Amino acid sequence: MAMLEVTSLGISFGGLRAVDELSMKIEEGGLVGLIGPNGAGKTTVFNMLTGVYRPTDGGIRLDGQNLIGKKPHDICKMGVARTFQNIRLFSNLSVLDNVKTGLHNEITYTLAESLLHIGSYRVKERAMDKRALELLEVFGLENVADYRAANLPYGKQRKLEIARALATDPMLLLLDEPAAGMNPNETEELMETIELVRKKFGVTVLLIEHDMKLVSGICEYLYVLNFGRLLAEGTPSEVLKNPEVVTAYLGE
Amino acid sequence: MNKLKKCASKLKKYAASRNGRDTLLSFGIVIVAFIVVQTLVLTGNISSSMKGLLVPICAYIIMAVSLNLTVGILGELSLGHAGFMSVGAFSGIVVTTTLADAIPSGTVRLILAIIVGAICAAIAGVIVGVPVLRLKGDYLAIVTLAFGEIIKNVINVLYIGKDASGLHFSILEQKFQLADGGKMIINGPMGVSGVTKLSSFTSGFLLILITLFIILNLINSRSGRAIMAVRDNKIAADSIGIATTHYKLMAFVISAAFAGMAGALYAMNYSTITAAKFDFNTSILILVFVVLGGLGNIWGSIIAATLLTLLPELLRAVNSYRMLIYAILLIAMMLFNNSSLKARLLEKRGMRQMKKLEKSEKEGA
Amino acid sequence: MSFLNHLINGISLGSIYAIIALGYTMVYGIAKMLNFAHGDVIMVGGYMCFCATTYLGWPPIAGVLLAVVVCTALGVVIERLAYKPLRMAPSLAVLITAIGVSYFLQNAALLIWGSSTKSFTSVVGGDPIQLFDGQLTLTRVTIVTIVACLVIMVALTLFTGKSKMGTAMRAVSEDKGAAQLMGINVNTTISLTFAIGSGLAAIAGVLLCSAYPTLLPTTGSMPGIKAFTAAVFGGIGSIPGALLGGILLGVIEIFAKAYISTQLSDAIVFAVLIVVLLVKPDGLLGKHVSEKV
Repeated sequence: MAMLEVTSLGISFGGLRAVDELSMKIEEGGLVGLIGPNGAGKTTVFNMLTGVYRPTDGGIRLDGQNLIGKKPHDICKMGVARTFQNIRLFSNLSVLDNVKTGLHNEITYTLAESLLHIGSYRVKERAMDKRALELLEVFGLENVADYRAANLPYGKQRKLEIARALATDPMLLLLDEPAAGMNPNETEELMETIELVRKKFGVTVLLIEHDMKLVSGICEYLYVLNFGRLLAEGTPSEVLKNPEVVTAYLGE
Repeated sequence: MNKLKKCASKLKKYAASRNGRDTLLSFGIVIVAFIVVQTLVLTGNISSSMKGLLVPICAYIIMAVSLNLTVGILGELSLGHAGFMSVGAFSGIVVTTTLADAIPSGTVRLILAIIVGAICAAIAGVIVGVPVLRLKGDYLAIVTLAFGEIIKNVINVLYIGKDASGLHFSILEQKFQLADGGKMIINGPMGVSGVTKLSSFTSGFLLILITLFIILNLINSRSGRAIMAVRDNKIAADSIGIATTHYKLMAFVISAAFAGMAGALYAMNYSTITAAKFDFNTSILILVFVVLGGLGNIWGSIIAATLLTLLPELLRAVNSYRMLIYAILLIAMMLFNNSSLKARLLEKRGMRQMKKLEKSEKEGA
Repeated sequence: MSFLNHLINGISLGSIYAIIALGYTMVYGIAKMLNFAHGDVIMVGGYMCFCATTYLGWPPIAGVLLAVVVCTALGVVIERLAYKPLRMAPSLAVLITAIGVSYFLQNAALLIWGSSTKSFTSVVGGDPIQLFDGQLTLTRVTIVTIVACLVIMVALTLFTGKSKMGTAMRAVSEDKGAAQLMGINVNTTISLTFAIGSGLAAIAGVLLCSAYPTLLPTTGSMPGIKAFTAAVFGGIGSIPGALLGGILLGVIEIFAKAYISTQLSDAIVFAVLIVVLLVKPDGLLGKHVSEKV
């Protein structure tokens, strides 16, 4: 059974068909790219996968469980975590607290313990600090742990967002244009980090990019979206050779 | 050299636990202030009008701290906080009056009134919060205003009396007859009269400590982080598995419960009280404390509530102009707070700190 | 017949709310701020007209003109002194400043005119009109109020829709930065909006005091809050919304007073507002803006 199985997924906004008849299959441990020109509907797919939008038709199954109609926070609990194209950090919280917030459902204690700092509060908080710092170390952010998230440089904010998503201990990690706004060096470094994360945390990764060259380096399999429809799929080398894909990117 | 490094790392840890330091500072200052004021009261160095303000100041501090939970920590503008104060005040009064014979101890009755006030206000908080928190921004604000006015109007037409056969309720007009020896507790627009004064400066002070303890604990906890995450970015909070509606309601209800406590404390300080006391203007007054003290800054709320409650009193010398001066000061403070002058001062301070840090790092190395 | 009478009274009161709500809505649309001092500008308008007609013995129309001129100037001065420096500040800071301005106006009025109630002579004289053998009584103020509201509505719609200044106003309310790049003077446009809003408040003040002839430094605050509610009710930022919200609010209030309870009428008005906002979270005619993920 595939880790993520999407069958004839579609959504309409008013009269506009943003995504239509999209089917995808992602195996456990895979690193898969979802590519396509601007406005192809890639982020809309992510929004449906994470419950932000409810698809008009089609099905989404994660490890055999249905995701349609579930609330975003429940979908996260089921094992899907994501990052956003326009970074969405908790900008007034510290870097450490951003990751600790990601641990919300991983390390829990009751409201009474929250209000009175009794019981397991101290132990659990310490465990959270430890786990969060470990995650920050993976991304080289441990020395800025007490900075306000908003004060981080752009590249570090992107990394922090991935660290926060990983804190929720996901099976499936969705990355929405993780390299947007980075220079080539930073991008390369990021791609290495993603590769590392996949191995270290055993997480399946689906990432959006519209720069094809970039993803062809690390992704094992690509889905190409154009005008909301699946244009092509296959290994990077197959897809890059596909004349339709070339036309979609370069125009006729 | 090694010692220096150790020291530096200790300092870093200290900085990382800024929250902890803030907590200690707040508690320390509140306790010192209490001791100073209490000494002044005992030595008779305080005017009677000032003395009369002590319990209201305590109540306003609790109101401001609790509203800061909604406006600063949760990030939703509430314009009806006085409504919850009102619920706490009147439910507290019903409790103390009803139990006047059963429980002779005033302290026990006051504690019970505060607890019941908190519970009733929390229930009101749920009733108001469930619909209100579905809305956003200014729409949410106007609906809290609307609920505040509704609460005021409803309590204004509430009649509660007690006699040998128990409690009697009615709305709009007094529809019940009390047996001999019976007593009206809430008398519609006339409100409550003949309340036994149970509140004291000490009880107000203890309640402030409890409020601070719980709210600061909440902020530095899993639930508090979830609430602030919802404030900073609701969609991101949702995406990492936080049940946003749940935490919004949690913050709102806790905030209402403390307003209820403040209401009970406040009401037990006067012999008469009417629903009109807890109107829109009171809600706004508390909001002014919160904004001037700084959103999310609990300790700023305490200072602002104290100073701004004292200010009209301090301006007594210029009696007829005092509210005018108050208004001008309020505008001037807001303008200064957001002026380029302040921004420049802060920047300078930041630069100084940075230089200091660099210097100490160099010395350390 | 009493039903019809209540309805007309409701529409009349609603017309006053609508005129005030227009000021709220225009200022909100362009400056994205809740101008809590707006209600107190109404009060200033009332006092100005009162002074002109009672102390100076001016004819009513001159009193109205004085009120409009003074309030327009007041609105512009308030904007320049208190709100303009805060244009980049968080919206709550502006809100509190507006509350400060409101306190200021109320207390200044208290110092100038004292705390005693002034009884206002209606600017519209003449006996009430009796219809259907006296079963329906219409005061002249009622008629003038409704007509004034309609005229103002039409004029404002034409102004914002057709004139160059009106287009500039709409542009600034959409995007200040882009409007500036297109050569629109943002400061002038915002001042103009405050001027119009405050001028309308003066008219509303005179009409309000003509219909309910008691004048106090706090006269403006409750109608101010109600009109603000009306603006939200109709969808804040929308001019037809302000009219619809104002009229509905007035009618509901009068009906609640007549048929349910005078003491609970405000509670009923606010309860209706809550229900409407729960069903239509952006007000009756408001635009829905959803956040892009």
